[in-house]
Amino acid sequence: MSKNEKTQMKRPPVKKGIMKRLFKLLFADYKKQLIVVAVCIVLSALGSTVSSLFMNTLITDIGLGLENGWDSVKSKIFTIIGVMCAIYAVGIAASFIYTRLMAKVTQGFLNKTRQKMFEGMEKLPIKYFDTTHHGDIMSYYTNDIDTLRELVSRCIPQLLNSGLILALLVFNMLYLSVWLTLIIFLGVIAMVIVTKKIGGNSAKYFMKQQKSIGKTEGFIEEMMNGQKVVKVFCHEKQSGKDFDEVNEALCNDATKANRFANILMPIMGNIGNTLYVLVAITGGAILLAGNIPNVSLQGAAFSIAVVVPFINMARQFTQNVSQVSQQLNSIVMAMAGAGRVFNLMDEKPETDEGYVTLVNAKEIDGKIVECEERTGTWAWKHPHSADGSVTYTKLEGDVRIEHMDFGYVPEKLVLHDITLYAEPGQKVAFVGATGAGKTTITNLINRFYDIDDGKIRYDGININKIKKADLRRSLGIVLQDTNLFTGTVMDNIRYGKLDATDDECIKAAKLANAHDFITRLPNGYDTMLTSNGANLSQGQRQLISIARAAAADPPCLILDEATSSIDTRTEAIVQRGMDALMKGRTVFVIAHRLSTVRNSDVIMVLEGGVIIERGDHEKLIAEKGKYYQLYTGAFELE
Amino acid sequence: MLKTLLKSVREYKKASILAPFFVAAEVVMECIIPFVTAKLVNTIDSEAGFDMTTLLKYGLILLLLAAASLTFGALSAHFCSIASCGFAKNLRHDMYYSIQDFSFTNIDKFSTSSLVTRLTTDINNVQISYMMIIRTAVRSPLMLIFALTMAIIVSPKVSVAFAVIIPVLAVGLFLIIKNSWGIFHSVFKKYDALNNSIQENVSGMRVVKAFVREKYETEKFKKASDDVCNDFTKAEKILALNNPLMQFCMNALMVIVCFIGSRLIITSGESELMIGELSALITYGVQILMSLMMLSMIIVMIAMSVASAKRITEVLNEKSSILNPENPVTEVSDGSIVFDGVSFKYSETAEAFALSNINLSIASGETVGIIGGTGSSKTSLIQLIPRLYDVTEGTLTVGGVNVKKYDIETLRNNVAVVLQKNILFSGTIKENLRWGDPDATDEEMERICRLAQADEFIQKLPDKYDTYIEQGGANVSGGQKQRLCIARALLKKPKILILDDSTSAVDTKTDALIRKAFAEEIPGTTKIIIAQRISSVQHADKIIVMENGKIESIGSHDELMEKSPIYREVYESQVNGGEQDDE
Repeated sequence: MSKNEKTQMKRPPVKKGIMKRLFKLLFADYKKQLIVVAVCIVLSALGSTVSSLFMNTLITDIGLGLENGWDSVKSKIFTIIGVMCAIYAVGIAASFIYTRLMAKVTQGFLNKTRQKMFEGMEKLPIKYFDTTHHGDIMSYYTNDIDTLRELVSRCIPQLLNSGLILALLVFNMLYLSVWLTLIIFLGVIAMVIVTKKIGGNSAKYFMKQQKSIGKTEGFIEEMMNGQKVVKVFCHEKQSGKDFDEVNEALCNDATKANRFANILMPIMGNIGNTLYVLVAITGGAILLAGNIPNVSLQGAAFSIAVVVPFINMARQFTQNVSQVSQQLNSIVMAMAGAGRVFNLMDEKPETDEGYVTLVNAKEIDGKIVECEERTGTWAWKHPHSADGSVTYTKLEGDVRIEHMDFGYVPEKLVLHDITLYAEPGQKVAFVGATGAGKTTITNLINRFYDIDDGKIRYDGININKIKKADLRRSLGIVLQDTNLFTGTVMDNIRYGKLDATDDECIKAAKLANAHDFITRLPNGYDTMLTSNGANLSQGQRQLISIARAAAADPPCLILDEATSSIDTRTEAIVQRGMDALMKGRTVFVIAHRLSTVRNSDVIMVLEGGVIIERGDHEKLIAEKGKYYQLYTGAFELE
Repeated sequence: MLKTLLKSVREYKKASILAPFFVAAEVVMECIIPFVTAKLVNTIDSEAGFDMTTLLKYGLILLLLAAASLTFGALSAHFCSIASCGFAKNLRHDMYYSIQDFSFTNIDKFSTSSLVTRLTTDINNVQISYMMIIRTAVRSPLMLIFALTMAIIVSPKVSVAFAVIIPVLAVGLFLIIKNSWGIFHSVFKKYDALNNSIQENVSGMRVVKAFVREKYETEKFKKASDDVCNDFTKAEKILALNNPLMQFCMNALMVIVCFIGSRLIITSGESELMIGELSALITYGVQILMSLMMLSMIIVMIAMSVASAKRITEVLNEKSSILNPENPVTEVSDGSIVFDGVSFKYSETAEAFALSNINLSIASGETVGIIGGTGSSKTSLIQLIPRLYDVTEGTLTVGGVNVKKYDIETLRNNVAVVLQKNILFSGTIKENLRWGDPDATDEEMERICRLAQADEFIQKLPDKYDTYIEQGGANVSGGQKQRLCIARALLKKPKILILDDSTSAVDTKTDALIRKAFAEEIPGTTKIIIAQRISSVQHADKIIVMENGKIESIGSHDELMEKSPIYREVYESQVNGGEQDDE
């Protein structure tokens, strides 16, 4: 069996570290349980092998009984049966304990892994989510976790059990006869070769199948999403034909993979049968020859009591070898899955060297003092490492960007030398074509990404010094793509401020002009939202997300195309709410619709990552530059 | 349900029959083997010393049996793989094709994500079950019967042991399944919800981070995950009883067989039972118990896949709500459209009408703008024209013919709709454009793209028209995507072109250029433009103002400024401030 283990180790050489790490994780939390499990598996394996030794004695006794009658061996047989019962009872008890423990360990381990993955994932920078397929991330939690379940709950105990039984059998066999043991070893070598060959092919085809499945599922997902477009273009026939192609390829790969997997069992079973016959014939031949000396640990000569149990052990032995071989696929898959899970866990979390924090404050005699209770006034607490002093700066929402450069990839700058400032309460708008870099600027202010060069100051503090969590808490954001979470409407609004009362949430909804439609929903504020609010219209979803930002009540707001999916009439209604929301706050607005940005204090026109014009509406119109063209072009074409 | 599913077996019928046939043959071999083995052992064990030729004879028979068993096993594995994978392939094919026939109503009913699950996970489950049925579900009961028969043949007296153990195992397995089944059923739902919340977090990470809710989400997730874990553990613990139960039965059987057997051998002086047969009996015992165990597992697996099978049948049995008429009209004479008292609701059970009593007549070649708030049913209105949905009441004619009389393909080829939620497919730009016209030449495509103001940016792309578009058009901007979608629709050279808010991400200037190109290049085409911007529809021949599923008013820009308060309000919200500053 040692050979067997070696072949498993050899196939995926890179995976060795993964296996080790997996066991380390497993042992870290479940050391005690796993030791108990191991002991129980040993006991249970002992139980199932020792019985063949008793068969041996039983047969001897039967031989005696045949000569001297039942009564002469009755008590002996009763003793044997009694001992067998006792051993079996221990084995069953052990198996009862370890399987139940294992159920707990498996689920607990999966749970912990899942939680670790999720916790780690929540800490990853936005960049990770922008650059990784969301489907891939999901598959770590579903498919890859499944392979781990298979490994921990089935493979490991099975391997341990089979391995132990094999070891005990080897000992037993050597105890009875070294010669016969050698024959079995020959057979096992044949099995290992076959497993390796077929197992290797099978793994290869399984990988191929996996790839094919991925391709088919990708195709299906894309086409189902585009089904309405297919209908509009009468593309049904072509789409069917394209599908048949992928489908056929999947069928081919799946058939091959399954064939190899299915064929392994009969092959193993019948090598076992053949081995059985070989042992029987050799045993018989030895008995017949009569004078061949037996070499064994027991030291007894060849007899029927050696050969018969040996034949049975041959069967047990091959059964266990084939059990081990069947786990190979699962191991390969689990290692690949574990590798991906570890990759997710190993992703570098968002770093945060900030030390300036946001605290509640009140003003006493014009001085800002930190306090415990919520006062509605906030201050930046800025400890200075040089002299150990702490200064407080009132949170006002003054944002200054100085000579900022940025690129998502180092070689390609998206923003060049951006300088701008927003005084507290000012409304700054960004205008420009798609890809001009408008959204990027807002990504930088709340540090979803870090700037390459230049500075951003918030109330005079370099934002790199501010703790990210506190920085973001001071910035409200409403995005073009709304994301609502499963829960009630109330829960979703409360997302902005977790300790908000119902009244506060309703107030926020009223501010965003969402109150009216919410009360018309079947269960009002208690209406459950699922699948990102699929039961609401796009505009309604956006209103809830505005209410959510209103509940958070931040001094500074970023509205990234917040109203682009609301029609202009509804927008007019929302706008009134937004105006109320924006009052007294610093606001960054990004919009396609120039009507939304017109009353901003300052408008930045972006082109190719550079601010080409800035000023208020009147000034830009008077300049007759790009803004003027954009603004008037729509109305004056003919 | 079964009948519908089995229709998809088709060319794999042969393999589906051969697989269980060879399984049966394999089982027969496997049951004869211990029988012959017993003879072989008896030969060795024979009192009077044994005969090597008999030993060799049995050995040879055994080897032949093993070879036969191997052959049958391999053949059954072969046919089983072909049959199950082929069946799955056909099922996927049938389902996919039946979805292709779906009308919009059918698609709405199922939702995209559920169709994807049905085509992937559900088919997978059914495939596994099918494999189980033609292989293991044949194997286990056969094994049970054969092994039991053989055991009785070998020794009826010892076989009494089976009468005791089999019911114990059967009842035990039944209780385990019964008790764990309910828990599993509910926990799988919870598990789905858990995965759903991961999905929400992944796609909403910007919101999570912007509100600094990482910890909150983590805590929420941990709670849900712990909950799932507890339930799973409960169910798994019950299921874990399988192992000790099986071990108990196996061991009890061993003890009973050994005891009764050895007594019988001795008391009968090896006339009723011999030592070799004792081990054969044990082998049969193992086979019987194993097959019972397998049977219980199969029953669970099949029961689990019943839900999947149901979901698949639902799709297969769904009748498309829009079918081609008999003797369809295959030519659309012109691009005129008449709505006569049209009302529409999305499903028969819906309470409210999405559109009510629409009367509207559009002449061929006219440009029509539609404006109205969200939920005013602008989209519903235009989706009736290419018969994506059928009107509930009233009649709708295109080119003077009721839309229900047209060949659907003819109608849709002549009425091009650029949908609001539009999609590009993975493939090159050319491949995407050819959806509009499979035979379009390169020059043709470039001309149309110039019309849709897409040529300029395409020329700047590294591979120009051969640039590969990622799934969902991820590597082009929203405005570029919209322009490509317009070009794709234009390639159809339709008589009626409908843009459903299709230039919302395009800047105002480009938007204006597109409209200008329409007016100059395709004057004969009826153009219907749904827009948010007044500027997009201002110069249309007529503008329709929609509110709450009704036409509020129709007229030119100037007329509507006079008579429609809604139109005026929208106009003022967008334009007024700007005009004051205009010279």
